[in-house]
Amino acid sequence: MRRSLLFIPGNNPAMLQNSDVFGSDAVIYDLEDAVSVTEKDAARVLVSQFLATTDNMPMEIVVRINGLDTDYYLKDIEAVVSDKIDTIMLPKAQVEDLNKLDKLLSAVEKQKKIKKHIGVLPIIELTASVLQINEIVRCPRVNGVLLGAEDLSSDLEVARTRQGNEILLPRMQIAYACAAHKIDAIDTPFTDTNDMDALKEDCKFVCNLGMNAKAAIHPNQIPTINSVFVPSDKLINWALRVEEAARRAAEKGLGVFSLDGKMVDKPVIMRAEKILEKARKYHLTDEEGGSL
Amino acid sequence: MKRAIAGSLESNDVLITVKESDSLNITVKSIVYDFFHREIEKVIRDTLAELGVDKIDVTCEDKGALDYTIKARLTVAVQRMEEQQ
Amino acid sequence: MKNSIGRFVPEGFRPFTGSNEYKKQQRKLIPEKQCHDGFELLGSVSDMFDKLNIKDGMTLSFHHHLRNGDFVLNAVLEEIKKRNLKNIRLAPSSLFPQNASLVELMENGNVTEIYTDYVNGPVADAISNGKLQGMCVMYTHGGRPMAIESGSLHIDVAILATPAVDKEGNGSGFTGKSACGSLGYAVSDLKYADKVVLVTDNLVEHLENAQLEGKYVDYVVRMDAIGDPNGIVSGTTRITKDPVGLKIARDTTALLEEIGMIKDGLSMQTGAGGTSLAVAYYVKNRMLEKGIKGSFASGGITGYFTDMLEEGLFDELYDVQCFDLKAVQSIGKNSNHHAMSGSKYANPFDDNVVDKLDFVILGATEIDLDFNVNVTTDSHGKIMGGSGGHSDTAHGAKVTVITTNLIKSRLPIIKEKVTTVTTPGEDVDVLVTERGIAINPKRVDLLEKLKNSRLPIFTMQQLLEKAHSITGQPDKLVLSDKPVGVVVYRDGTVIDTLYKVN
Repeated sequence: MRRSLLFIPGNNPAMLQNSDVFGSDAVIYDLEDAVSVTEKDAARVLVSQFLATTDNMPMEIVVRINGLDTDYYLKDIEAVVSDKIDTIMLPKAQVEDLNKLDKLLSAVEKQKKIKKHIGVLPIIELTASVLQINEIVRCPRVNGVLLGAEDLSSDLEVARTRQGNEILLPRMQIAYACAAHKIDAIDTPFTDTNDMDALKEDCKFVCNLGMNAKAAIHPNQIPTINSVFVPSDKLINWALRVEEAARRAAEKGLGVFSLDGKMVDKPVIMRAEKILEKARKYHLTDEEGGSL
Repeated sequence: MKRAIAGSLESNDVLITVKESDSLNITVKSIVYDFFHREIEKVIRDTLAELGVDKIDVTCEDKGALDYTIKARLTVAVQRMEEQQ
Repeated sequence: MKNSIGRFVPEGFRPFTGSNEYKKQQRKLIPEKQCHDGFELLGSVSDMFDKLNIKDGMTLSFHHHLRNGDFVLNAVLEEIKKRNLKNIRLAPSSLFPQNASLVELMENGNVTEIYTDYVNGPVADAISNGKLQGMCVMYTHGGRPMAIESGSLHIDVAILATPAVDKEGNGSGFTGKSACGSLGYAVSDLKYADKVVLVTDNLVEHLENAQLEGKYVDYVVRMDAIGDPNGIVSGTTRITKDPVGLKIARDTTALLEEIGMIKDGLSMQTGAGGTSLAVAYYVKNRMLEKGIKGSFASGGITGYFTDMLEEGLFDELYDVQCFDLKAVQSIGKNSNHHAMSGSKYANPFDDNVVDKLDFVILGATEIDLDFNVNVTTDSHGKIMGGSGGHSDTAHGAKVTVITTNLIKSRLPIIKEKVTTVTTPGEDVDVLVTERGIAINPKRVDLLEKLKNSRLPIFTMQQLLEKAHSITGQPDKLVLSDKPVGVVVYRDGTVIDTLYKVN
């Protein structure tokens, strides 16, 4: 379960060493687009050396490797796959790439005696990938899907807009496919790092489409993203009341009961439970005394 | 003579220059020299030992890099030099 | 001799014994200078030297409201050099990089003692390199007026750059091409110097609400320009965009909220640094969200606070110094934006504003396990600043919060012992860094309020270890034992000594 994933350029020591303080649910150390072709070797070594120094990072550790259509990905995998990371992010992912990556990772996991089962986050940034979304979510290791709107719109040969009509279809497809497979539907980063109001609107929009996280390209975007991809106070209060009413109904042996004049049955209770699971994970209920 | 560089002069980074040499020579310049020059030299020596290099000229211009950055930049500089044929 | 926090005190100075010790003493006031109607107008700084017979060994004082754009101090330095005066004692409230010409005068023995609240740039370097024959005495913004009014800092001539002077000799910083807003740091010099000279580039008929009263003024010197507007105030002061600074500011605001500081009637002060201003930004957001109205903000004022005043988030601003153009514009037109003197701001013996503060947000170049803060020197012991109002507000405010990065260019900001103590740990309550918060164990009340907090609260020792785990253990530096100056606490005692840098 993620709300925010923060991209950190892989060849920037100043940003690497502070990457864990911003409260993102995941950090993505980027070896791909944030690194120039002449520095691919340097970034790969820097990220692997940095990861070697980390211990108990309070968030998911993701590394974006270079695509399987490049000369770099094998060296990337060799350098960064270890018990220090949780997930590999794969650019321009298609089904055959994901199957190939799975085999590669299995081999490296075995060879390096890695205890973890490394996950994979494919980026949907080719029109061809959009057509494969339903299969991509079923590929091995895939624990979420990220929409990459910049490359995708360029593949489609359309301009990116604030409104985002050009990416409405993949957003909805990703939301549905991920919900069906209980993995994260992660929205494309918002590229204007100064406009927090517009970022918030964008987050709310995709949240209402059923996406449940957003990638960030600047640490200052994290508080806004984290604040949107969680249930509202109103919703949490409703869920707490459903939970309490359900508890009392169960004591009386009732399966169906009413709250505020509305019938509450199993699907409603399950929705309330999901809301509370998220709220408790991010300490949004007042039950423990403290406040945020 | 073969020569290679890695890193940068951005803050928290280090620019490492390596040159072929008949002996081991390490030059450290650092904005935190008084507090960390011994540690920086130690990281350089340890990294060279790990890489199996005992004769080389290393110049380090440090802008407050942590050990892992110094190690990474030196490793890449040596790799880059070795790749030159 | 050592003071109560174990720091060496050179002979001839009183040792620091505690931040509340001044309460046991009576306020000492020398008589105010002679007052009179009218003043004599002089055509140049050179005329002023002749007229006042400025000679070897005299103490000349200045304010720093024209900051890095001031022409007046440099013009006086040039005249001292031209006349080859010796052993001048210089008492500017601050010194900036543009006062570099002072270095040569120090080397030549023209200026042999410096009394100031803050110094950075080439002059600071030269003092640290031992170029001053006598001592550099570093006051706080509240301690300086106290030293002046008590006679311990005797001023022969106060030479006060003034952006507007009227026919009665009244002076104001609100108007004129060199407008700088409040002239708070000039007021004690005006009242207690033997002779007072206002230096202006703007003579006017009549000034309303003049901050400097003409009855104290002996001479007015006219110059073509007393300063460069570009160096006097910055166009706008902006909050930081640095994500680490913003993260620190958010956590600071969350902490302030948890300890009940964000409430109706709140009073606050922040520095003008990016992170401090960011705290003001987040506090403002919380005030708006919760419908909270504060009572006052004080100190050096920025456009951020004048906006909050105009939006009704504060009843009043008490302004000792304007930091940006917006503040200068506001102080001239908004009747709730008050100019105050340095004494009214922070003099421990005055009915001062700092004692009424709920909380203050301050910076640090170093902080130690005893919560002592250094804002005077870097970790080599080289002078790069000074208290300004740091120790004054830290003492006065109910809650003093230090915000700083845990690590700057590999150097941990937390030390076992700070290189130089500016503000004693007994007056520092909270440290907020990007990797955690430390609460002074003396503040059991705050610890109690925060016992269920989800904020990342650690001990100072834990934060120090956290920093060392990232940077490695820095080598210890051996400072020289040759004193070049003293850090004078606001009550006139010496809290630490400044040493020549190796």
